[in-house]
Amino acid sequence: MENVNLATYAKNTWCPGCGNFAILNSIKAVFGALIEEGLPKEKIVIVSGIGCHAKIADYLNVNSFYSLHGRVVPVCEAIKLANPELKVIGFAGDGDTYGEGLEHLIFAAKRNVDINIIIHNNRVYGLTTGQYTPTSPLGFKGRSTPGGTKEQPLNPLELMMASHAGFIARGYSHGIEFLKKILKEALLYKGFSLVDVLQVCVTFFNMYDYYNSMVYELKDHDPGNYDEALKKIKEWDYNSDSRIPLGVFYKKENPVFEYALNNKKTDMDTKIKELLNDYA
Amino acid sequence: MDNFSILIAGKAGDGIDKSSLIIGHIFSRLGYRVYIYRDYPSIIRGGHTFSVIRCTHDKIAAHSDKIDILLALNQDSIDFHKAKLNSKSLIIYDSTSVKSDEGLGLPIGIIIKEAGALELMRNSCIIGAMCKALGIEMDVLEKVFRKDISRETELNLKVAFRGFNEAREFAKVEKLKQKPMGLVAGSDAIGLGLIKGGLKTYLSYPMTPSSGVLHFLAKAAEDFSLKVIHPENEIAVMLMAAGFSYAGDRVAVGTSGGGFCLMTEGLSLSGMAELPIVFVLGQRPGPSTGLPTYTAQTELNFALSAGQGEFARFITAPGDAEEACYWSSMSMNFAWKYQIPAIILCDKTLNEGTYSFDADSLEITNPPETFLWCQKGGYKRYRNTENGISPLGFPSNKNIAVKVNSYEHDEYGITTEDKDITVMMQDKRLRKEKYLLKDLEQYETVKLYGKKDASTALLFWGSNKGPCVEVGTKLGLRVVQPVVFSPFPSKQFKEALKGVKKIICVENNATGQLADFLKRYDINVDQKVLKYDGRPFTVNELEQKI
Repeated sequence: MENVNLATYAKNTWCPGCGNFAILNSIKAVFGALIEEGLPKEKIVIVSGIGCHAKIADYLNVNSFYSLHGRVVPVCEAIKLANPELKVIGFAGDGDTYGEGLEHLIFAAKRNVDINIIIHNNRVYGLTTGQYTPTSPLGFKGRSTPGGTKEQPLNPLELMMASHAGFIARGYSHGIEFLKKILKEALLYKGFSLVDVLQVCVTFFNMYDYYNSMVYELKDHDPGNYDEALKKIKEWDYNSDSRIPLGVFYKKENPVFEYALNNKKTDMDTKIKELLNDYA
Repeated sequence: MDNFSILIAGKAGDGIDKSSLIIGHIFSRLGYRVYIYRDYPSIIRGGHTFSVIRCTHDKIAAHSDKIDILLALNQDSIDFHKAKLNSKSLIIYDSTSVKSDEGLGLPIGIIIKEAGALELMRNSCIIGAMCKALGIEMDVLEKVFRKDISRETELNLKVAFRGFNEAREFAKVEKLKQKPMGLVAGSDAIGLGLIKGGLKTYLSYPMTPSSGVLHFLAKAAEDFSLKVIHPENEIAVMLMAAGFSYAGDRVAVGTSGGGFCLMTEGLSLSGMAELPIVFVLGQRPGPSTGLPTYTAQTELNFALSAGQGEFARFITAPGDAEEACYWSSMSMNFAWKYQIPAIILCDKTLNEGTYSFDADSLEITNPPETFLWCQKGGYKRYRNTENGISPLGFPSNKNIAVKVNSYEHDEYGITTEDKDITVMMQDKRLRKEKYLLKDLEQYETVKLYGKKDASTALLFWGSNKGPCVEVGTKLGLRVVQPVVFSPFPSKQFKEALKGVKKIICVENNATGQLADFLKRYDINVDQKVLKYDGRPFTVNELEQKI
């Protein structure tokens, strides 16, 4: 992968120790590997939302669309539908896509557009300096909820199961080899994939010690089994102190929503005249 | 008799809409120019719905309050529209369900029962009777029915012939010696214009009065290799449009005021990221949900200022089907040449009005062209050029990375907070507007009708074209129509008003948005004629108000 230069001149402004570095480095390695295996670099497109995660668009020297807060998913869907030869990867935050733009995530899964969504889930708003998100635990004390939140967090993976997502996985920003493996598997999967990455915000919600004591890698798990997948997804509800499984929970090939690449030239004027004849 | 109006009325779900089109086609075939106005409530079944089919020798785009032939399928049809009739008007009615002291009553209810036909086919029967009453040959009726009715054609014809045979001739409508024109709804004309402008993808969440464009394009999708998508909401519509545009698809979205509210964040993104996107903005009476199925010109101010920040945009308001087609195509071309959002302001009157369409208007001379990347050397998505236009490259172009950004960015598209780059890029984006304004000089952005040297000007915009041109011409006024609002061709506009002493401004809104807009250019309107009850001006009404 040394042959492929994926860096830009943009200065990295993430905090030292930020979990985003693990995602950046993992995806660089995955892109490098895919390019070496024959994927042309110009076929890669990344999309990001708004938040700390989104700076990844500036840090990777590939086609990129730095979108709006909550609006990663529809942009990804459109790019893929416009040109099915492109490999489209959306990077989004938990506030971004589980909050502001949740509807798009549900519909993209339901539609099954062949895109990959990677959630930098640090369970806190970083760039706006520390407020709760849809996956913050109950009682989370943030700057907008100094007395602690009074609402349950969402289990986004359970929601993805209900939305007919065909590929559902969880990664963790500590342990980059395993993260690379999950991301590569997601990128090679045809259909909508969601990888929720527990990515630690060292400044506003440092969960390294907690996660290190709770996470484990899925072993002897059959990702083709819906009930098994749901059971594993429900093992941790993003709130209670239980073990946190990592890996690919669910993987099933489904018919993909797509349009064939169409380069044929239609004689528009003749067709329009034909149409107008019908109006007479 | 070469200027007459037919009104057909009944309940929603009675097939009034389809019938009015069939009647329009009958008169089109006889060489008449036709305009159809539709009036219906926001419900699926029941309520009162009617259409006015106006037929004339010369092209028109307005309906009249004076009805010559009333086709009544229920009692309301007579009771609600009596005031529009005169002593010579003819009422044709279903005597099994309608009471009338005058006119031609046919037991249509019984006729369809005897024929084993559906309730809906009462329309066919009354159209048959109308043809006989107006001296139209059965052959014309049959040809139109065979073309327009694909289901149960024979049964429809059977009841139409019975209506024909049981009626009497009251007047003779002559065949005109001019080439028939097809009938096109404004929505279809917009769709055709977009296709002509190279449309590849159309996105829309259904909303009256723009849904017609969605339906037309969805139907035309296969023939024209279009992707027509109805996503989860208008925000998805907007952001998908941004994604399609980035990937190189010519794309348009359709909505009305409420949906456009949801799109404005993305509109601003289109300005910042320089992503060409065309908006079909169907205005309607507001605020809020307003009157969904009625007409208004409420969004000129909104279109001009929607979206945060300052950025260039193209805005046009076509007045009839030909202009809708031409300016939709031009909107697409300007959006792509200047990499800006373009908004087509329309409304129910235009979109759902049906017009005799001059197919020659499809020719566009000198369409604006897009600047594409030459595929040589390094690539900067936002290269700072003299006219502000950066050559377009797309993902999958070899050896380059195309980076677009909603943040302020440098020429490569990488985020910046540098003060000098910020100014440079803001200037670059705004500079495009000046070049666009210059470019517009070669097109007819301000139109003149009527007595072109008259000292009183009748000013209008958009779908008021029909009544204003007709009435203004009749009264000997100088009729002036701005077609483009952003960037505003003030030079051409002032030229059109040269020597004018009095300006009357006609608008379908409560505040006079065009009149207010013109104050920015030191142009003061003397008299505002405003109508905001959700209905368009009829020619008689407008003439009275002026």
